[in-house]
Amino acid sequence: MKILLKLSLTAISASLLVACGANSNLATSFTQQAAISYRVTLTNTTAAQPFSPVAIVLHDGSWSTFNLGEPASTELEMLAESGDNSALLAAAENMVGVFGAASGTGDIGPGESESIEVEVTESQIRSLSLSLVAMLVNTNDAIAALNRIDISTLNSNESMRVNALSYDTGTEANTETAATMPGPAAAGGAQEGFNAVRDDVRDSVFVHAGVVTTTDGLTTSALSSIHRWDHPAIQIRVERLN
Amino acid sequence: MLINHLDRPAIQLSATTNSILKRFIAKTNKCLIAIILSALAPMAAAVDFDITIDNITRGLYFTPIAVVAHAADVNLFASGVSASTELQTMAETGEIEDLARVLTSSGATMDNNPAAGLLAPGATATSTLDTINATANTQLSIVAMVLPSNDGFVGLNAVDIPTEAGTYTFYANAYDAGTEANDELRGGGDLNTPGFPVPEPLNPVLGTGGTGVTTTTEGFVHIHRGNLGDANTAGGISDVDSRVQRWLNPVARITVTVR
Repeated sequence: MKILLKLSLTAISASLLVACGANSNLATSFTQQAAISYRVTLTNTTAAQPFSPVAIVLHDGSWSTFNLGEPASTELEMLAESGDNSALLAAAENMVGVFGAASGTGDIGPGESESIEVEVTESQIRSLSLSLVAMLVNTNDAIAALNRIDISTLNSNESMRVNALSYDTGTEANTETAATMPGPAAAGGAQEGFNAVRDDVRDSVFVHAGVVTTTDGLTTSALSSIHRWDHPAIQIRVERLN
Repeated sequence: MLINHLDRPAIQLSATTNSILKRFIAKTNKCLIAIILSALAPMAAAVDFDITIDNITRGLYFTPIAVVAHAADVNLFASGVSASTELQTMAETGEIEDLARVLTSSGATMDNNPAAGLLAPGATATSTLDTINATANTQLSIVAMVLPSNDGFVGLNAVDIPTEAGTYTFYANAYDAGTEANDELRGGGDLNTPGFPVPEPLNPVLGTGGTGVTTTTEGFVHIHRGNLGDANTAGGISDVDSRVQRWLNPVARITVTVR
């Protein structure tokens, strides 16, 4: 059964009341299972790499945003090159094994955090995994991502912290030019987003090696040393609320 | 001497390992959490387990990999400590025979060179270890030189081998053996020879004619600061391509499946 991810605190509060009712075994005859809520808080740990709106997917162990060492899907390529998560979310929602998918409300700037509340049914917890992905917009095709983290072991009111890696999706050459990066560091350039041509030396997803920048000798780069980052580019806290 | 018999108790090693584990656990399960919680009281138990090693870098090749189950009082290396000659040989030349010989004589259970040569970016090597007749070998270490680098190596350093059936994921960082200056130039593959060996897959993608990044040898094992490189394929300070052969740790994903 598909569920909608609740993005507003108000909506979640209402659903918690429903959940309480279900827990008292009064609602079972309506085939409505107890809703279990999670709060996912993301923090951008970079100095100067805004994140595009995050895509969050709750799923079982069979689905994956990407596989290391393998080519990225076109939907992930779109997100990684332009920051637009709509195609990825639309594709995820239609996949077997996906319980729900949602977008964050907007960009997450350096040092900023966003909390997103999501819910699943009690029966989905058994195999519950979390994935999320956002673009580092002052790059050609870098993403910060959590790929298929098992959160099924979280009990009520427990939380876990995860430091996630950033990845190079391998779909666009890392030229770092103002013509090819959509972020504010490329202001004044063409700032191209998605382009279906795959011109990286590797058409596969790998752990990101960081940007070189003009400060460090890549003369065509629109970036400077402040745009460099290290892992983890993103810190995540997952709380099970009930 | 290869084996660093640590003068600190094994319990400190476990604590260090756990902090690394917690930082980069990608996929966890009940068993792993149980193992972390029980790591302060490591058990001696026979384990039959599979290991897969994924090269998760864009531009590094791993030379022959040493996969080692060993006792808690054995360490292949330690940060801040000078490398043994055997570790230095592995890190500068890619050859693991000396390392294997000394580890085997210490009672370690090993699988040498599961990739049968170089492990390319994105490639996976698989290995199986069985400590049924060596129950003291409760620690897993994995090392291999990374290329291009002067004396860099991927290192998983003495993590507790899980004893409960399940799948466990570890991420391994690249270390610098500290035995050779990181000049980042094509050179010899022999011990104490400047520069790094250049096997065929790397030959066409490396630059030439670099003047050298540094002549300083660090003297102790530490987390590698990465390649500097440059974008000049016929000159500059480095023969490494800064756009392809830099990295940020971790460089390998290691999946242990206990049957």
